[in-house]
Amino acid sequence: MDTFMDHETIKNELEKLANEGLAGAGQAADAPGSGVQADESDAKSKQEGQPRQNGLIETDHAARGFHLDVRISPEQVVRAAEILDRGGFTLETITGVDWLKENQFELVYDYACTGGKLFRAAVRTRIDRDKPEIATISEVFPGANWHERETWDFFGIIFTGHPQLERFLLPDDCDFHPLRKDFQP
Amino acid sequence: MSSFAQNQLYETFELNIGPQHPATHGVLRFKVVMDGEYIVKAEPVLGYIHRMHEKMAEDRTWNKFWPNMSRLDYVSAMAYTHCYAGLVERANGIEVPERAEYIRVITVELNRIQSHLLWWGVLVMDLGGFTPILYAFDDREVILDLLESVTGSRLTYCYFRFGGVYNDIDDDFITGTRAFIKQLRERIPMYHKLVTGNAILIERLEGICPLSAEMCRKYGATGPVLRGSGVNFDVRKNEPYSAYPEFDFDIPVYHEGDSMARYMVRMDEMLQSLRIIEQALDKLPEGPVKADKVPKVLKPPAGDYYYAVEAARGTFSMRAVSDGSNTPYRIKLRSPTYSNLSLFEEATSGMLLADALAFMSSLDLVIPEMDR
Repeated sequence: MDTFMDHETIKNELEKLANEGLAGAGQAADAPGSGVQADESDAKSKQEGQPRQNGLIETDHAARGFHLDVRISPEQVVRAAEILDRGGFTLETITGVDWLKENQFELVYDYACTGGKLFRAAVRTRIDRDKPEIATISEVFPGANWHERETWDFFGIIFTGHPQLERFLLPDDCDFHPLRKDFQP
Repeated sequence: MSSFAQNQLYETFELNIGPQHPATHGVLRFKVVMDGEYIVKAEPVLGYIHRMHEKMAEDRTWNKFWPNMSRLDYVSAMAYTHCYAGLVERANGIEVPERAEYIRVITVELNRIQSHLLWWGVLVMDLGGFTPILYAFDDREVILDLLESVTGSRLTYCYFRFGGVYNDIDDDFITGTRAFIKQLRERIPMYHKLVTGNAILIERLEGICPLSAEMCRKYGATGPVLRGSGVNFDVRKNEPYSAYPEFDFDIPVYHEGDSMARYMVRMDEMLQSLRIIEQALDKLPEGPVKADKVPKVLKPPAGDYYYAVEAARGTFSMRAVSDGSNTPYRIKLRSPTYSNLSLFEEATSGMLLADALAFMSSLDLVIPEMDR
């Protein structure tokens, strides 16, 4: 366990990654260090109905249930997984959220550190609902295989490079993705 | 992998196990490629009792989702309702009275013992010993009766409420629980004498399918599987919730990683749960068991909420996304056996089929919990 990176290093690496995404997306890149925003500003932007920008937020564990909330670009998920893998984190789950109004899917990767004091990090990204594709992280965490398969099953999000993207919990002959908000039974 | 299985000159054949098969403890199916008696590849096929609880959550109010929570893991449902209670209380900022938290801990721990007893009986039965399950059910019956007297149900509990519990415990429950603690403390050494020391059981469990801590981490395995591989991780200690910080208990950890280690973790955990219950009964505070002023219609502020508990099978956690309305926008259920079973394919490659089934028993699977 002692060969793993400590939480502070992880935090800095993830923050760097998230800020990189800001610059890459052609948006105004914040000065380094300003990626850590206060939790209130996040809540504010959510109230206004605007998805927040890339960046890292330290959340209040008592109020939210996780310590770090990282928003990155879709092409960065594998690198984020590699960083957390080096930190000795385990992948708890992967899930999707359908934001129909914004025509986007949100993907949330929940990581937890099971060595020593518990530390939870939620890594999230948004992809276009019309082109729901994202790279698989099952090369980094083999446990992601089933979670990604389930997410494809429920949302129709395609994980490129996934070894076995087939129906999992739903029957083989299904032609729908039930957790999409526009799904009609 | 055995040299026999590695030799590709031998012909392989496909074997289908389940979905209706007594060894799979429910409707779980395995597609197995066999080389003689050795497994080349065993692929679990899930979804035979999939009910889409996550979609159900999206069309009902927060309150109406209670009954769904006890239908995930019907063997230890209390811990799952505990997670939902904690999640919604966190999202709405509801304070829970101390007495209610104590009662929650007592009932959850009783439920955990009951779940482990069932696992123990079934594991030994899977290995060919029929008698132990009768003893296990004898003990388990006492717990079910106790829980029925306060919760009104024997398996699918809907006992917790946002801000407390629905019914206070009475003196009969307390004396009954104390008597049970005494009874099980006498019984467990007997179980060790009768079963754990048995030469056949040792042969079937010791050294079978050792899982490394690294493999557990990569697959997200938790609970007794992880603790049997030498990782001291338990949500009750590492991310304390409810009233757990107030009790003195140990987390059993074994380093071998084999089926015997997982067996021993669960056997020791029962004794630790007894310790927790005893302390909770001794220190049980007076007061209300339900928070007053919990609004009838709950509208948590928009945002994400996460809550994790230590269920009998590992970390059960929930993620709720609220859009500020009175129904959840999205509920994600993270079930421990789902992640624990995902390592099955890699772990059983090259194993004897009979050993793989014993290994599966040591994972303690509950299928509805996995399929959700």
